[in-house]
Amino acid sequence: MSPLLEVKNLSVRFGGLLAIEDLSFEVREGEVLSLIGPNGAGKTTAFNAITGYLAPASGEILWRGTRRLNGLKTHQIAAQGLVRTFQKTSVFGGRSALDNILIGLHLRGRQTPLAILLRLPYVAREERELETEAGRILQFVGLGKRKSELASGLPYGEQRLLEVAIALAAKPQLLLLDEPVSGMNPSETASFMAKLAEIRALGITVLLVEHDMKMVMGVSDRVVCLSQGRIIADGTPAEIQRDPEVIRAYLGERYKHVVR
Amino acid sequence: MKAALTTAWLVVLGTLPLWLDNPYFLHVIIVAGIFIIAAMSLNLLLGYAGQLSLGHVAFFGIGAYASALTSLGFKVTIFPQWVLTVEANPVWLAMLMGMVAAGLCGWFIGRIAFKVRGAYFVIVSISFAEVVRLIAVNWVELTQGPMALNNIPPLALGDLVFWKKPENYWLVLAVAVVAYILVRRLVHSRAGRAMVALAENEPLATSVGIDVTRYLVLATVVSAAMAGAAGALYAHYVRIVDPDVFLFIYTVTMVIMVVTGGKGTLAGPIVGGLIFGLLPEGLRALAFAPETQWIVYGVLMVLVVYFLPQGIVPALRRIRA
Repeated sequence: MSPLLEVKNLSVRFGGLLAIEDLSFEVREGEVLSLIGPNGAGKTTAFNAITGYLAPASGEILWRGTRRLNGLKTHQIAAQGLVRTFQKTSVFGGRSALDNILIGLHLRGRQTPLAILLRLPYVAREERELETEAGRILQFVGLGKRKSELASGLPYGEQRLLEVAIALAAKPQLLLLDEPVSGMNPSETASFMAKLAEIRALGITVLLVEHDMKMVMGVSDRVVCLSQGRIIADGTPAEIQRDPEVIRAYLGERYKHVVR
Repeated sequence: MKAALTTAWLVVLGTLPLWLDNPYFLHVIIVAGIFIIAAMSLNLLLGYAGQLSLGHVAFFGIGAYASALTSLGFKVTIFPQWVLTVEANPVWLAMLMGMVAAGLCGWFIGRIAFKVRGAYFVIVSISFAEVVRLIAVNWVELTQGPMALNNIPPLALGDLVFWKKPENYWLVLAVAVVAYILVRRLVHSRAGRAMVALAENEPLATSVGIDVTRYLVLATVVSAAMAGAAGALYAHYVRIVDPDVFLFIYTVTMVIMVVTGGKGTLAGPIVGGLIFGLLPEGLRALAFAPETQWIVYGVLMVLVVYFLPQGIVPALRRIRA
C-alpha cells in the first residue's frame, strides 16, 4: 500500500538561499510523524510547500501515491484532505468561536450563491446542520462553553485549541500541526497530548512540527530530524534520542539526562 | 418584540408620502434612499469582504448610464462600416441592463484586481472609476459627454408611470428592502462566511479550503450589480445623467455612510445613510448658512469616527448588551 503522503526530493529556494535541499520522507496512514530540528532547519518551510503556500524549486509531493499536489492551490489541497495549523496563533479574531468553526466547515457546505440569494429550503436546512456540527466540534476540543465568545477574547491556550478545531472542521485526512503547544504551560500541553490521541482515534493522520520534546517523544510513532534543510535522522522516538547526529545538531548533550 | 419594531418601522416608512406633504423633503429622502442602496452594496465589499473600493461610484454611474441609454436608444459607430443601433426599450428592461452592465464590470474588476489587496486594490478601483468617467466625458457620440443625457423616461409598469415623487419613493423603498434582504441572506450563509474569513485572516481561510478569489469575485459582482441598480433608479428619477455621477465625492459619501453607521453590520449603512444623507438638507432647513452647514457635517463626522470608531450600530449594540 502506498503511503498517504510522499515528499520526494523536495527543494525550496528563497532567492539564493536553499531553505530545503533534497528532502524526502513519507507519512503513513494512521501514524503520528514528527518533524524536529533546530530553528531555521526548514520545518515550517516544508509545511508551506506541502500545503501550497510556497512553490517548491524542485521535487514532488504525492498524495495517496497518485495525486500530485505540486502546483495545486492551498484551497484545492485542503479539499484533498490536507489541513494545516499555523505556528503563530491564527484564528478569525473578530468572530465568535462558533463562527470560527462554521467558517472551518466551508468544504462541507453545498450552498451555491444563487441558492443562497433565493434562500432555497435546503440552504436553511444545511445551515442548521452545520451549526449543530460546529457545536459538536467545539465540544470535542473542550470549548463548548465558549461558543458565543469572540475568538480574540479567548485565553491563549484556548485560542490554540480553537485553531485545531477549525482545522478539524475542514475534515482532514492528514492534519499538519505547526508547533501546536508552543507557549502552553505543562498542564495545557498534557491535556493537548490527550486530545491528540483522541484526534488520532478518529482515523486522522498527523504530521507534527514541535519543539517540546516531551510531547514529540510521547505522541510520535516516528520522528524525522531536519538540520539545515536536510534530513539527518529518521526513526522511532527511542532511536532518535540515541542518535549521535541528532544530539549534536539539536537535542544537545545534556538532553539524555533530562528526559529519562 | 423585534418583529413588532420591524413592522412599526415598515409602516412608518411605507406611509411616509401620505403624511409628509413637503415635496422637497420627499425628494431629499428619495435621493438619500438611493445612496443608502449604494452604501449597502459597498458594505458588502468593505464591511464583509474587507476590501476598500474607492471607485464604487463607477458601478453606480455605469448602472445609470447603461439604463438611461438602453431606455433612450442610441447609435454608435464602432467601425465606419459598422453602426450599432439600439432602439428605445422599456424602462424596467433598461434598469435590468444597468444592473447587468454594472455586474459585468464588477466581475471584470474582481478578476483583475483581486490578485492585489489593500492599498493596491484601492488604487485599481480609483483608476477604474476615473477611466470610466473620462469615457463618459469624451465618448460624445454615445454619452453626449458634458451635454448630458436628457429626457430620460421614468419607469412605467403597465398604466403606472413613475412621474411623481410618492411613486418613486415607494419604488426606492421596495428596492432598498429587496437589497437589504439579499445582503442579509448572503452574509448569513456559507458564501458570506467565506467573505468574512477572507477579511479576517486570508491564509487561515485558504487553509480550510476556501477559494478566496471566487468569493471575492462573487462579492464584487453582487455589490456592483446592486450599485448599478441604485444608479438606474437615480437616472430614471432625476431623468438626466451627466459625467458628474462619477465624481469621487459620491464614493466618499458612500464610504462615510458605511463607516459611520458601522461597516460589517446590516443596519450600519442605513443608519449612516439616514444621518449623513439627510443631514446636509436638514441643516439647510434649519436656515444655517451654507458654510456652517458643511462645517457641522464635517465636525459631526469627525466626532463619530473619533468616538465610535466601529460605527454607530455596534456602539448601540454594546450599550444595549
